[in-house]
Amino acid sequence: MTIIDTADPDQVLPTPSHTVGPFYGYALPFPGGEEVAPLGHPDTITVHGRVLDGAGDPLPDALIELWGPRPDGTVPRVDGSLRRDPATGGHLGRNGVEFTGWGRSQTDAGGHWYARTLRPGARGRNAPYLGVCVFARGLLVHLFTRIYLPGDDAALAADPLLARVGDRRDTLIAGAEPDGTYRFDIRLQGEGETVFLEFQ
Amino acid sequence: MTLTQQDIDQEIAAERAAYDKRVADGAPVEHHPRRAYAPYRSSVLRHPKQPLVTIDTSKDPEMVELHSPAFGERDITEIDSDLTRQHTGEPIGERITVSGRLLDRHGRPVRGQLIEIWQANSAGRYAHRREQHDAPLDPNFTGVGRTLTDADGRYRFTTIQPGPYPWRNHVGAWRPAHIHFSVFGTAFAQRLVTQMYFPNDPLFPYDPILQSVTDEAARQRLVATYDHSLSVPEFSLGYHWDIVLDGPAATWTEEGR
Ligand SMILES: [Fe+3]
Repeated sequence: MTIIDTADPDQVLPTPSHTVGPFYGYALPFPGGEEVAPLGHPDTITVHGRVLDGAGDPLPDALIELWGPRPDGTVPRVDGSLRRDPATGGHLGRNGVEFTGWGRSQTDAGGHWYARTLRPGARGRNAPYLGVCVFARGLLVHLFTRIYLPGDDAALAADPLLARVGDRRDTLIAGAEPDGTYRFDIRLQGEGETVFLEFQ
Repeated sequence: MTLTQQDIDQEIAAERAAYDKRVADGAPVEHHPRRAYAPYRSSVLRHPKQPLVTIDTSKDPEMVELHSPAFGERDITEIDSDLTRQHTGEPIGERITVSGRLLDRHGRPVRGQLIEIWQANSAGRYAHRREQHDAPLDPNFTGVGRTLTDADGRYRFTTIQPGPYPWRNHVGAWRPAHIHFSVFGTAFAQRLVTQMYFPNDPLFPYDPILQSVTDEAARQRLVATYDHSLSVPEFSLGYHWDIVLDGPAATWTEEGR
């Protein structure tokens, strides 16, 4: 029964997750989805990497969502990520001024994705990170992980999650490349498997 | 070796028996599929083998995953929720109205959030480049919609009844008719992508994707209810489908933190 009586807590049970399937490509990705940073912003970083399966093969049909705070650690409450054109029904793209904090990238045929966003600020006792949600054909429930940025060793050492995951912490810390670019591969299974998270 | 429906049926039955035994032995009800569900062959190399690391959100109210991206009137156009009006002509097929409420685990409405849908046309064909199924495309139907939930958490789409379609999991694999949903909650940790099915579809028992939800009651929550009060006279048949987001709700506290 899917008419839920909210007066009866026993009826308010979660709707099960399902795979995004292979055919979301004309529906979910949108122009400028990966260009989260306002144009020319000095705190812009590029994060990129590949999504790999248990055989080490890249996924050409994965979708990555990023969600992060502003450089000062505050969380945006700004819409306009997928601004639409009321005349054509097409996408206008972001306005290049406002920062929504949220982006969506799809992997290319080589399993590679990227996004340009703002360097996240620290919140609470956590080292700065970007929240990540991974969807793919074959993945029945999406996977959450985090991209921590290298550089501030003291902040990373004090981070509660990184402290818990032992020698798997390196899977959560991006690799530094020149010009504000960071590499973050996502391994769904096998050697070097990325740490994935469950929020309770 | 060619994989037949009978092979998949046996695997589905074995997974179901294993789940029933777990529950009989005191394990909790599973509301979601296990990511490792071999009857759905694409899952085999695409699920983590390490246990997920659990994060207790009550211990860290600052985490960004307790907040959600915001969407607004700029992100949709007025007819995005009517998939029958996105082209110059009328799409082929049976018009349907799909409506329901978006709720959190406490039964509270999720207001002003984005719901995206996509689906095959009435012939079972997606408007997708990689789609190989040779059923006809419909020039008047793309099969993509978006809307924002209202003050009661309610959403409403007008669309075309999608057709079932074959896929290559095993010989003779057909997906029951479904609409894909992508939903945001008040917290990023509530993110959900799922599929809505139609009542009494004879393909249900054969489909490893639906059957990946091994709990019978949970599976039923993916099936919309025919609702005559949503049917529009002389126009469409109505289906009611409420969505309950799992995961911790946002704290609804202050702006900008
Ligand atoms: Fe589908």
